[in-house]
Formats: sequence, structure tokens, C-alpha cells
Amino acid sequence: MSERTGAAPAFAAPPLPTGRGAGFLAIFGPWIAAAVLLAVLPQVLSSGLALSTLSLMGMMIIFALSYNMLLGQTGLLSFGQAVFFGLGGFLTVHAMNAFTADGPPLPLVALPLVGAAAGLFFGIVFGAVSTRRAGTTFAMITLGIGELVSSSALILRHFFGGEEGVSTDRTGLAPFLGLTFGSQLQVYYLISGWCFVSVAAMYALTRTPFGRICNAVRDNPHRVAFIGYDPQRVRFLSFSLSGLFAGIAGALAAINFEIMNAGQLGATQSGTVILMAFIGGVGSFGGPIIGAILVTYLQVALSDITDAWQLYFGLLFIAMVMFAPDGIAGLLARQQPLLRGRQLHRVLPAYALALVPGLAAVAGLSLAVEMTNRLTVHAGDGPAMSFLHVPLRADAIVPWLVAAILFAGGGWLFLRAAGVARQAYDEALAVVQGRGRTS
Amino acid sequence: MIEIVLISTLNGVLYGMLLFLMASGLTIIFSMMGVLNFAHASFYMLGAFFGFEISRRIGFWPGLVLAPLLVGLIGVAVERYGLRRVHRHGHVAELLFTFGLTFVIQEVVEMVWGKLPVDYRVPPSLDFPAFTIFATNYPAFKLFELLTALAIFAALLVVVTRTRIGLVVQAALTHPAMVAMLGHNVDRIFMLVFGVGAALAAVAGVIAGPALVTQSNMAALLGPILFVVVVIGGLGSLPGAFLASLLIGLVQTFAVASNASLADLLGPLAAGSGSSFLRDIWNVTVAQVAPIIPYLLLVLILIFRPRGLMGQRES
Amino acid sequence: MAKAFVLGAVMLCGLGAGIVAPALAEDTIKIGYVDPLSGGGASIGQIGLNQLKFIADDVNGKGGVLGKKIEIIGYDNKLSPQVTLVQVQKAIDEGVQIIVQGNGSSVGAAVESFVTKYNERNPGKAVVYLNYAAIDPSMTNQNCSYWHFSWDANVDIKLEALTNFMKTKKDIKKVYLIDQDYSFGHSVADTTVAMLKEKRPDIQIVGNEFHPLVKVTDFSPYIAKIKASGADTVVTGNWGQDLALLVKAAGDAGLKVNWYTFYAGGSGGPTAIKQANLPDQVYQLTEGFNNLPYKPAQEVVRAYIARYKSEPIYYPRLFNLTGMVFEAMKEANSADPAKFAPKLEGMKYATFASGQEGFMRKDDHQFFQPLYMSVFGALDAASQPFDEESTGWGWKMAAEIPTKDTLYPTTCKMKRPN
Repeated sequence: MSERTGAAPAFAAPPLPTGRGAGFLAIFGPWIAAAVLLAVLPQVLSSGLALSTLSLMGMMIIFALSYNMLLGQTGLLSFGQAVFFGLGGFLTVHAMNAFTADGPPLPLVALPLVGAAAGLFFGIVFGAVSTRRAGTTFAMITLGIGELVSSSALILRHFFGGEEGVSTDRTGLAPFLGLTFGSQLQVYYLISGWCFVSVAAMYALTRTPFGRICNAVRDNPHRVAFIGYDPQRVRFLSFSLSGLFAGIAGALAAINFEIMNAGQLGATQSGTVILMAFIGGVGSFGGPIIGAILVTYLQVALSDITDAWQLYFGLLFIAMVMFAPDGIAGLLARQQPLLRGRQLHRVLPAYALALVPGLAAVAGLSLAVEMTNRLTVHAGDGPAMSFLHVPLRADAIVPWLVAAILFAGGGWLFLRAAGVARQAYDEALAVVQGRGRTS
Repeated sequence: MIEIVLISTLNGVLYGMLLFLMASGLTIIFSMMGVLNFAHASFYMLGAFFGFEISRRIGFWPGLVLAPLLVGLIGVAVERYGLRRVHRHGHVAELLFTFGLTFVIQEVVEMVWGKLPVDYRVPPSLDFPAFTIFATNYPAFKLFELLTALAIFAALLVVVTRTRIGLVVQAALTHPAMVAMLGHNVDRIFMLVFGVGAALAAVAGVIAGPALVTQSNMAALLGPILFVVVVIGGLGSLPGAFLASLLIGLVQTFAVASNASLADLLGPLAAGSGSSFLRDIWNVTVAQVAPIIPYLLLVLILIFRPRGLMGQRES
Repeated sequence: MAKAFVLGAVMLCGLGAGIVAPALAEDTIKIGYVDPLSGGGASIGQIGLNQLKFIADDVNGKGGVLGKKIEIIGYDNKLSPQVTLVQVQKAIDEGVQIIVQGNGSSVGAAVESFVTKYNERNPGKAVVYLNYAAIDPSMTNQNCSYWHFSWDANVDIKLEALTNFMKTKKDIKKVYLIDQDYSFGHSVADTTVAMLKEKRPDIQIVGNEFHPLVKVTDFSPYIAKIKASGADTVVTGNWGQDLALLVKAAGDAGLKVNWYTFYAGGSGGPTAIKQANLPDQVYQLTEGFNNLPYKPAQEVVRAYIARYKSEPIYYPRLFNLTGMVFEAMKEANSADPAKFAPKLEGMKYATFASGQEGFMRKDDHQFFQPLYMSVFGALDAASQPFDEESTGWGWKMAAEIPTKDTLYPTTCKMKRPN
């Protein structure tokens, strides 16, 4: 395996806007819009669950972006990112308990700083041993460290609180502007505030010379060494900073859930963040944000609809890796030239054409899956079930035939339509590029 | 004392060989294709369930042949229709592809065989104590495990280093274009390698299934220990993996036999001076942490000797 | 890029439509079951859900409770405390005021603390947590809560019962302890050592071993150690794979000791014991088992097994839990936890498994009930009709430990709402 592991050839920080439209709004407009959006979201989605989910998404966005500082931007595949998330969270919980008792009157809002410090500290410690190598060696060291830390967490019961973890009460700290953070709404604003600041900081980091050097280390460490930078040192810095932001995310988790336990350090959590970054797209800064939102949503919602959700999740993930390896953000980025060249209308009908049989094939597959599930896992509930509000019997022949026809027919048509869509895309792109050349 | 040393050595070797049996397929795929196959444990699980299903219908021995063949075919299909497509996106994409596969295989197994353990038994022809040392029985099935592991090791070693196929495969990894130009079908070679790797995982599953617990979470529980074996041994080195399996088996077994802790070594903490947190570290015995020692070994080896015990190149 | 951030937020609004989908306002009593329903933990979580559905169907067939139907809603928590809290929030949004949970003390502790804080911060909309399997003693001691009721005997109570049983077994001379290296394993080990010292000072503890949770593939070295120690009895809190592999390794090596366990009856345990060929050597301590000679229970069990052929395991305590809660609702004439919770305090109840009386202690909301030592082995077909996991073997009575021998004091200082 070569030194370069990050599958992110497309990543490049966009150039600073120059000339036309380089005004204040062009730079800060999207950020202001994002801030306003974060502020009004709870007015639209005001249920308890929506607020909890939004809070969860907020911390996961930071976590996924911190991970992408490694994978997408520096080309380091890590299997142990949850270590920093978890340790940041644990130290925050302990700090909360200490400040509640008789510590200095530190408001809750400042506590993510504890997580950040913890993340940075452990990032430096573990970074010192792991970033001397890149590629597979680095990946395996992080795997080992992740296993070591999560196993030790169960053994060192006094610090990590054993199986039940360490719990705390966030309302016990000094009030901040009169807020005690008892309600989920206040916690949401705390999290979204930190989320906004962290995202902005991480974005700013990609625009610094350091950010560019990270990309260079990802793409060609030898050349970086040649021009006088030490790739090892760049990796180390990137790793430590990534730990810092993961620590903030962990601290927010501690504040939100008021409990921290050893599971948060483990392989599942580390695996989830890889999924988020990759599904969203590691090739662009915004990708992991999309991934964090989508994966969190699926985790909360999908298991209500079906208990075979892992199967769908796995299939979705495989499909993404096979057909859209640069993630959702990559798919969207590919439409951007069309949008700019006002050619999007040429491809949309073709996309819609592919979507219909695609959905039919998915419906056929999931009908078959749900019926199998009914007959095996839920045999005790009898064969009568409903699928998309259509009542049916899982042991009858007709639904199976329907499923087979939908899946096979839909799949075949989808492949045909996908070909058409690709052709339409190529043609539209050619038009855009052609115009670009002539004008 | 002799009793403990002898029995620990025996147990360590037996466990080491079980590890090698499980890891051999992973090594083959890893060393020849450069793919870190996360779904290896899932193929192992499929092998165990196929073995169970076949052995309760026609018997254990047909299962030992048929189950790996079936899983090998599944492996071939996975490579042909999935992995090959992903290959051009790089190693991370390949790894993530196999990662996604683990979810799918686990869920399918749960749908077919349920979530509870199945009653996969040791075949009657091997269900007797082979010998007894210090009143401890060693079942014949464990010896069978050991012999299979040795046979697989020998066979793989011969194929990889002494035969034309092995040389072509190794060349295909580093110089695919050159090998293709020489008239070999590189795609087909990789497909076969992946199939063989999956089949080897299934062999381990058929044999380990009755000895351990055959359940839909067995793949997840096996965990990353196999990666530890492969990496400690050195990427691309079959003898290395063999050695690493033995090393891990012995280290872990001897660690379990030891009750030493920091407190024994350095004396107990002075009363009142240590926090409860320090006391945790102080009183942990070697036996208590035995199963996580391999991970410590992994980290240390990678830091000080990144190419592993017998690897030829770093990564 | 910030545009993606905005786009993400816009996407979120779209997804949000799904999040806020209003719950159907039916007039039912909703019980939220929050346990693992997918992944590795699902093998145990699904069993509880099956059983609650079985009970609900039965009760609804007889007209429901207070004229309302019982509705069981499963929420998959993937065995993670954090996911659990999101799911509990979801359940509350959907109008659930009764949360049933059991697997994992980590999850249990999180739910207990959440429900307590929730009721404090949202007065007038009480949510109650009914716990059927999380048995960390802290939940009914230092962390006890008015809004938590526990139906499974906690570790202290189980060990009080177990050591009271061991007290009478004069042939026990040397005991070896082997446990998983986490808080539950440690509390089993520590409590056993302390109680045996008091009740049977002549018993020698010849080993006190811990191994990491579900990380051990090969237990032969541990078996070698047990053998070398000369133990005649092993006490273990192990469950799942850690128990199955331990027992199988013992069978392989030909180790003959008596095993005192808490979870040998869990999924896969009976299969492993049968494969290891250890008849009449593995004991388990539970609040009931299928072959207890009590007709009403046996009939229900038969109906249950007929319906859930692939997962024929059940928890007697879920019958106690639902039975008592429904009774409390009837007494209070309300399905509001704030009204029926006081009725549960101190309630006496004829337990499902044997008809013997148990009671809900008011001080800590812990249910006390007779416990049973049963041993696994070949059955007498006439009087012991139920085998386990199609092994042909089943659990047989070894001893009954009456309720009074399970009493264990609590340190709980319960904060009651005014």
C-alpha cells in the first residue's frame, strides 16, 4: 500500500473569491445564513425528539469534521477517533461534577474547553507514537490504541465509572446569563453555538498555509519533505488538532446526555464516524456535515421502521462505496458546473427517469427482506403484515412474485435509465465546457 | 511448576494454531491483494453456519469440504461484482466496501438462522479425549484443529513460494500492468485469491464453530484480533503470520497463568497516598489484562518495527 | 464550505418532517420497551419484546386494563445509553409514560437518572421506569429514584440468596471465583467473598479471577488454573459467550466441579452445557424456571413456547412486572404514573412462577420474591415436561430460597415528590 491512503483526490479548498462578488456578503453570507438557520430551527422542529436529534447532530457534525481533518485532508485513516471523543467527554463529566460540588463558578457554556484540552492532550500523547508512520501502519496503530483504551476503560473502574459510566447534572453549575440549561432547548443552543464556532474554526484552518500543507502531505509526502516541511510533523499537528475538536464533540455529548460511559470510546463509535465522513464525502469540507446529519437521522429513525435496518444501512453504504465513492457531497459537486452553466434542466428529466425504476427496485428488495424477516425473526407474530400500508401475508405467493418483478424489472430499467442519465450528464457537461471555451 | 509450564505451552500452541487457522485467509488476501478484508470474520461466520447446516444433514466431513467451496464461490462473486469495481478508488474504498459487507452478512445470517446460538456439535468420530496430562484432557477435536492449521500453513507456503501461480500472484500485486502484458489475466487472479481467502475463512468457521459458539454475533465478537496477527507477523508474510499466531497464543496463555500485579512488583501503595484511580492500575494483575496484551504488542511492534516480525516492506 | 452547511440544514428541514410526525392519538395505554432490537444484543432484547406482546395480547383479549387496550411499542436502543436517551425522548413525545427496560446496567443507570431529572424539570407529566433486568445495586441504593421500580433481584440480593444456599451445603470446601472484568463481575466477586467469610468461614476461596468482557476466545488456561487450585465449586457471574465458552472449555478438559451461575439459562447456555456434557453440575439462581410444579405458570409457558418456537425463552419477572402494574392502575383507577406509582409501593403479589408471595419494598422500590436454585440435566418426562433449546435436558429444582432469606438492607434515601 502506498503512503497515500486518503481517497480524496477531489479535495481542494476553493480559491478565495476574487473580482466580482468578492464583497463581504460573498464571504460571510453563507455563514450568516447558517447562523440564522441554526437559531430558527428549533422554532420549526420543536418537539422533544427533534431537539434531542438536532443536538445529537450538532455534536456529530463536529466529530465527523474532526475526523475528516485526518482522513480527507491529511490522508490518515484512523480507527480510533472515538478515543478522543470519549476521553474529552469523561474529563468534562468529571469537571462538571467537580464544579458542581465546590469548584470555581465556571458556567456550563465554557466546559467544552475542558473537552478540547483533554482531546488536545491525548491527541499529542497518542499522536507522538502513531503519526511517525502513515498508511496502513498508522491505521493499525490507531486500531490498537482504540482497543487498548476501550478495554482499559472497563478495567479502570474508578475513573471510567465501570459499566454504568459516570453521570452528572448539568443544572448544578453556575448559571450563565440566567440560563441553567435544564431544558433541551437551551442545551440545543449551547451545542449549536459550539458547533458553529468549531465548524468555522475548522474551515478557517483549511484555508491557512497549514491546511494546504496537510493536503500536500496527503497527496505527496515525499515532495513535501523535499520543499522543506517535515511530513511527520504535519501529521502530528493535524492529529493533535483533530483530537481537540473530537474532544469538544465529546464534551458536548457529556453535557447533552449527562452521562458518559465506556461504550463512547469504543470501536462502534469509531466506526460510526468513518461511516459519516465517507457517506457524506471526504473530498470536500461540507461532506462530513451532510454525512453526520444523514447517518444520525437514519440511526434514530430507521430502526423504528424496520429492525432489519442494519441490512439497509449496509446496502446503502456498499452502494455508496461502489457508485459514489466521493460521497453525497461529491455527487452534488458534480452537478455544480451544470448549475452554473444553467444546463441542469437538461439532466433533471433523465434523473427522474432513473429514479422511478430505482425506487421500484428498492421497494421490491425491501418487500422481500421484510417478508423474510417476518417469516423467520418474527414468526411468532404470524404471517399477516403490512408493507407501505398495504396489508399482505408473508407466506402467500403473490407478494413474493410482486417483489421479484419489482426488483428484477426495476433493477433492469434502472440500469438502462442510469445509462441514459449518464449520457445526458456528459452531453450537458460538454455543452457547459464548450461554451466555457468559446466565450 | 512444570505442570503449569507444560499445560500453558500446550494450551498456548493450540490457541495459536486456532488463531492461525482463522487468520490464514486474511493474510493471503492482505498479502496478495493489499486489501484489508473487514468481512473476513463474516466469511468465517458463514463457514460456521454452512458447516452446521450441512453437518446436520449429511455429516461433518462433507460439510468441511462443501461449506468452504460455497463460501469461496460467494467470495468470488463479491470480488467479481463488488470489490473489482471499487478497486480503482483505492484501498480505503476497498476496506470500507468490506466494512459494509459485514452488516449485510450479519443481518442475512440473523434472518436465516435467528439470533440465538445453534447447536453445532463436534462430530462423534472426533469427540473423545486424545490424551491426558496432569489429569487434564485434550480432546481429539483440538488436535484435529492443530493438524489442519499446520496442513494449511504448509500447503499455502508451497503454493505461494514454490509454484508458478504463487509467483504470478505476488507479481500481480506490485506490477499488475507487467503481469497483464505477460499474458496473465490479473483480474481473474485477484478473483481467485479472494475466493481462496474466503474459503480458508470458512474452513476455520467449520472447525471453530463446534469448538466455540456458533451465533450470529460471532463475527463481531472475533473482533480485530485477526488484524493483530496479520500485522504483527508482517504484511505479506505467511510465516510471519504463523509465528505471530504462536506468539500471541503463548503470551496470552502464560499471562493468564500469572497473578503478578504492580503491587506485587513494587509493593502496595502506601496507605492514603494513592487515589482510587491509581489503586485500579496498581492492583490489576497480568492475568486480568491477558486478552488485551496482543493489542499492546501490536502498538509496540508497529512503533519499533513497522514491517512486523517477518514482513518485507513497511506498508 | 459554508454552502454545504446551509444545504445540510435545509436537508435537515426536509428530514425534520419525519422527526415531528405526530403520534396517532389513540386511547391506549402505551408501554415503551427500550432495549436492543438489532445487532449483537438483540438476541436478548427481542425475547423481552416478544413476551410483552404476548402478555398484552392476553390482557387485551380479556378487555384490557381500565377499558383501554395495552399497546407495546418497541424502541431499539442498540444497547447504548446515549441512543437509549434519544429513544426515551421519542417515546415520551409519542405519549408513552411507562418505560420498560432491562438489558445493561449502563443503560439502566442512564434511564433512571434521565427519568428522575425529566420528572423534576417537567412537573405534571410523570414518566415511570420499570426495570426488569438491570441489577446493579447502586440503582436501588445510592442512586435510587422514586420513579424507578426494579423486578429482578439485584446482585446483593442474589448473592444473599446464593450464600444462604451455600451455607447449607456442607460438601463445599474450596470455591473459585471467575468473573468478567467490569462492575457487575466485580460486585459478584466482592460480595461473594464478603458473605462467605461471614456465613461459612471454613470455606477457602482458592481463586478470584477476572477476565476482560467478551474478549476471550480460549478459556483453557483459565480452566487449567481452576484445576490446579483444587476447587470443588466455581461461582461465576459470566453470561453469553463468556459463560458458554467457559463451560465448554471445562467440558473439554474434563474439569468436574459444581458451577453456581446467574445466567446459565440465557440464550446459548443450555446448548453449551449439553455440548460440554456436564449433567447436574451447573446451577443457576433465578426467580423461576419452566419445570417448577405450578400449574397456572406451566400452562402459560406452554402457550408462550408454542407461539415463539424459535425463541422459547421467557422471563417470569416480566409477568410479575406487568401484573403488578396493571393491578396498581386498577387500584388507582388511572394509567398516570403519578397516580399508580404510590399503589405499587409495598404491594404484595403472588409471583407468576410459583404463586408464592413477593412484595415491592417501599424504601427502595425493589421487588422481593422467592428465588430458586435449579440444576441443568436429564429430565424425568412425567414431572418435568420442559427441556431447553431442544437439548433434551432442562432445569430441575435444587432448592427454594424463600423471600425472607433474600432480604438485604438498602441505603436508599428516597426523595418522594410532594
